[in-house]
Amino acid sequence: MTVRVQAESFDLGAETDRLTAGRRDVGAVASFVGIARETNPDEGAEPVIAMTLEHYPGMTERMLAAAEADARTRWPLLDCLIVHRYGRFLPGDPIVLVVTLSSHRQAAFDACAFLMDYLKTQAPFWKHEETASGARWVAARATDDAAAARWTKKD
Amino acid sequence: MKILYFAWLRQHTGMAEEILEPAPQVATAGALIDWLIDRSPGHAAAFEQRSSIRIAIDQAFADPGDSIVGAAEVAFFPPVTGG
Repeated sequence: MTVRVQAESFDLGAETDRLTAGRRDVGAVASFVGIARETNPDEGAEPVIAMTLEHYPGMTERMLAAAEADARTRWPLLDCLIVHRYGRFLPGDPIVLVVTLSSHRQAAFDACAFLMDYLKTQAPFWKHEETASGARWVAARATDDAAAARWTKKD
Repeated sequence: MKILYFAWLRQHTGMAEEILEPAPQVATAGALIDWLIDRSPGHAAAFEQRSSIRIAIDQAFADPGDSIVGAAEVAFFPPVTGG
C-alpha cells in the first residue's frame, strides 16, 4: 500500500529517491504537489489566512487505495505514491503529493492527473478557510467533477 | 450503529459522532435522515440542505435509498473538497 494520510509534511525529492532506489526499469516519474494558497478563486474574495483540512479517518485511506488500484488497472505503473495531509495549513504549505512511476512518460503523466482528479471528488476531505472577516467551508467545484468525469468517458 | 457528521454537519449537530439504535422501520439512509431530523434543532439544521449531503455506509459512498440494515457506521457530510 502506497497511500499515506498524515499531519506531517513530506519531501518530494526524498520520496522520489526512495521510490526509484535500486530500480533500472523506471523511465518516467511524474509528480504533483498541491499547495495551500492565499488567493481565493472567487471574485472579490478575501485572502486566505489559513486553511484546515478535516477528513474521515478510515474511509479516506480506503478511497485513496481504491484510486491507486483503479490507476494500476488503467496504466502500466511500476509504482505510485499518494500522500494527503490533514490539519491546519498556511499559504505555501504542501497539502497533497502524488508520484507515479512508469517505463514511459504518458502513463506516468496520465495516471498522476487521474489520481488527482479522483481524490478531488472521491476522497472525504473538507477545507475550512480562515479570512480576516471570518471562516467558511469551501464549496465543491463543478470543474472538479468535470475533470474527474473525463476519465469515465468511453473511448 | 455509529452515526458520523463531518464539516458543517458536525457544526450543526454539535457532535462528530453518536451511537444510536434507529427504530426497526428505519431501513434506508434516507429514512435515517428523516429519523435524525427529529432529534434536535441542530440535527434539523444539519440536514436542511438535504440534496447536497453525501452519505457513506460502512465507509463506502451510498445513496439515500440504500439499505442501512446491518450497517455498523453511517456518515453524513458535504461534497468533498480535498486535494
